[in-house]
Amino acid sequence: MKMEEQPQTRSMPGWQRALNALALPVLALFSALLLSAIFILGSDPVVLTAYAKFLSDPGAALGISWKTIVDAYHALFIGALGDPAVVSKELSEYFATGDTKDLTLAFYPITESLVTATPYIFAGLAVALGFKCGLFNIGAEGQIYVGAATAAFVGYSVEGLPWVIHMPLTFLAGTLAGAVWAGLAGFLKAVRGAHEVINTMMLNYVAFNLVHFLLNGPMKRGGATGHIPISRNILESAYFPAVFPEPLRFHFGFFVALLVAVGVWWFLWKTTLGFEIRTVGANPRAGRYAGINISRNFILAMALSGALAAMAGAGEVMGLNHNLAEGFSPGYGFDSIALAMLGGGHPLGVVLAALLFGTLRAGATKMQSLAGIPIDIISIVQAFVIMFVAAPKIIRWVYRLKGEGGFETVLMRGWGG
Amino acid sequence: MNIQHVQLRNITKRFPGVLANDRVNFDVRAGEIHALLGENGAGKTTLMKILYGLYQADEGEILINDAPVRIKSPSDAMRQGIGMVHQHFQLVPPFTVTENIALGLRSAREPMLDLDAVGKRLRELASRYGLHVDPHALVWQLAVGQQQRVEILKALYRDAALLILDEPTAVLTPQEVKELFVTLRRLTETGHALIFISHKLHEVMQISDRVTVLRDGRVVGTVATKHTNTKELARMMVGRDVVTSWDKPPVKTDDQILRIEKLSALDDKGLPAVKNLSLDVRAGEIVGIAGVSGNGQRELAETLVGLRRAESGVVSVAGRDLTNHDPADIIAAGVAFIPEERMTMGVIRDFTVQENLILETHAQPPLARKALFDFDKIAAHASQLVREYDVRTPTLDTPVKSLSGGNIQKLILARELSRAPRLLIAAQPTRGVDIGATEYIHKRLIEQRAQGTAILLISEDLDEVLALADRIAVMYEGEIVGVVPPNTPVDQLGLMMAGAKRVSS
Repeated sequence: MKMEEQPQTRSMPGWQRALNALALPVLALFSALLLSAIFILGSDPVVLTAYAKFLSDPGAALGISWKTIVDAYHALFIGALGDPAVVSKELSEYFATGDTKDLTLAFYPITESLVTATPYIFAGLAVALGFKCGLFNIGAEGQIYVGAATAAFVGYSVEGLPWVIHMPLTFLAGTLAGAVWAGLAGFLKAVRGAHEVINTMMLNYVAFNLVHFLLNGPMKRGGATGHIPISRNILESAYFPAVFPEPLRFHFGFFVALLVAVGVWWFLWKTTLGFEIRTVGANPRAGRYAGINISRNFILAMALSGALAAMAGAGEVMGLNHNLAEGFSPGYGFDSIALAMLGGGHPLGVVLAALLFGTLRAGATKMQSLAGIPIDIISIVQAFVIMFVAAPKIIRWVYRLKGEGGFETVLMRGWGG
Repeated sequence: MNIQHVQLRNITKRFPGVLANDRVNFDVRAGEIHALLGENGAGKTTLMKILYGLYQADEGEILINDAPVRIKSPSDAMRQGIGMVHQHFQLVPPFTVTENIALGLRSAREPMLDLDAVGKRLRELASRYGLHVDPHALVWQLAVGQQQRVEILKALYRDAALLILDEPTAVLTPQEVKELFVTLRRLTETGHALIFISHKLHEVMQISDRVTVLRDGRVVGTVATKHTNTKELARMMVGRDVVTSWDKPPVKTDDQILRIEKLSALDDKGLPAVKNLSLDVRAGEIVGIAGVSGNGQRELAETLVGLRRAESGVVSVAGRDLTNHDPADIIAAGVAFIPEERMTMGVIRDFTVQENLILETHAQPPLARKALFDFDKIAAHASQLVREYDVRTPTLDTPVKSLSGGNIQKLILARELSRAPRLLIAAQPTRGVDIGATEYIHKRLIEQRAQGTAILLISEDLDEVLALADRIAVMYEGEIVGVVPPNTPVDQLGLMMAGAKRVSS
């Protein structure tokens, strides 16, 4: 075999490649947690006071630093995944007495992580599918709101249907609304060449204000007294059912999300339509010569992307909130852009990245209540993870990982270039 | 820096699964041009990257003036007086020539730039070696040949005594090649040592003093240029005799397949590129379009396959008007296309061999039923094409970007010819492709001709057009200035390519 130029591309076993692909995000997470520790210290007044007396008592300052960090991450871990000690104790108690009440509580944290991961999976898939067609859908947040509003409306206004019809109908209606919403941006790009970044961003504002209008007008809940405008509750026949008894909020939507992830993978890699979308994303010029209609694929990919994002909104309404409220999404759509990059644009990667983001978000709440660490630290962790993933050379250099020819390309510049 | 003699001794370099260099011996002396000849993938580039410090040899040693040296990075190489002119220039286009030269060097007046001093020395060097270039010109405004001069000056400015030139003529026009060769001669006269990497035989014959031929990572032999000839070198490179002329039975039919009538099209800037052009190609005929690049050939080809709008005129294939139809329509009418820019238009770099082979036919049975792929059929189809067209790839799932240029071209050929086209438009089908692959592609084109395909061959390589075409149409500034038989003297063709003479067809 003559392969002088790219000697690295020899086939290696699948598991080894998977391990290689995972090494980078895992090390990125580790480094992000390490760096974020500095910010945790900086945000803690007790630690800062100790450092003010650093010269007279350095041991105390270092000791309290260590304790603060350990406490914070311990709280994060417990908040995200549950306390192993409690879990094992409740498990043995359950086997002894058959009492499930305390057991469910022990599992509360981990199920909360999955609950938060659910909209992340949908929205991450939306952005990733756009990437595959060379489109940058930054309007996922708006599409989430449109999907949620539509699902809420169908969920409370259509009455008298059995669950097997009403639930899918509600979900589909929300999905379809998102497809139309984003498809509009795709259409504008296809026929007028208007850039999808601008269009989807502008459509976000339209969506936010539309929901604001609806919640203060047509969809306003009668007699609502709270400060946040809220819609009527959807009917139970439109619920994503809860998997476990109260107070666990873990619902059926998580499994729908996993199923959709498999569906997206299947669509992109097993169907001719998916192949065309990937072709347009990888090389539109070659695609055009191969007889592929570029415009049609832009519209299709954008509509599918919007549909996926809207599923996140519909899922939140149907599985969690059971109504539409302003500001119900803490920015799932925006986080999902980073998340899709972290996941390498691949559905499996997106699911893993969504689980990570869900875990961090859920754990952050506990970290705030237990250790008094501001919830924003988690945004910093997320930002560091993404920075390291976006700049893999840093991680490869720090951990002496063998790159994919990364360093060679740097050196190839020749004469001091 | 004084280099009298550089030796590479028993250099061995392994990559996973590949022995790129196998006990290679090579040396170059001051005042000579030593050509390194070999097909793509023979190990030329690897060997030079070892000498330039980009790779480390697994075994063997490098000696400069008989003393062993270790070269661990390009900066080590530069300190030893070794310079390299890469095939792809390493220049910053928005910067001036002087700024590009100064880039990465310490200024005498840190932290301030001292471009005047650089410019002064640059002018001295330029006049000493006859490398004339305006120090204040912006690099992007320079012609390719001038940019290459800047690259050479950059190396000379850093006191390079040994220059490695990696395929320096690949991007140059014939006139620029002549000028480059004058420069190279002058460099040897001033005591520089030169390594000239190439796979073009007649250039090697013309410029070098000695030739070393590599094949599959091994040295086949080192010969004095004056004691050899292109035929022997080709045999050393490929390992067998190479066919350069083809027997073609005369064209049998008068079936017009492609008819172009008074076609006009614009270039990307909106200026007329194809002007009122008429031409026809019959079944089983190869019509060659000769001409210096940039005379509307690319625009003509793109208009024919539906990628560019025809402003006026008619394009018809087998009697069917296809003017301004979709590429999908044109493909369905039996038109195949080998595009000039194979990496950006011919293939999708990140897609696998298999995926690239099904472009165009991916949505049709038997490869797909309804909207679902039949992966068994696709794999069978792809592996048959890979075998039939001798595409050298480790697996069908290898991304195309890791194949060599020749193999990518064979892949495109396989895809396009597998559709049994009526008309084949081949634009620069062997540009940058090694001898073995060139011979193979020519053979396939001749076979296709015998099967009755009409072939429009667009090529800047006059030898190629002369070897293959039944008729030669010379294109100049968007027009066909004449259609002549292939036995037309080269001088006359040259004049026509310069727009000087019209011959009525």
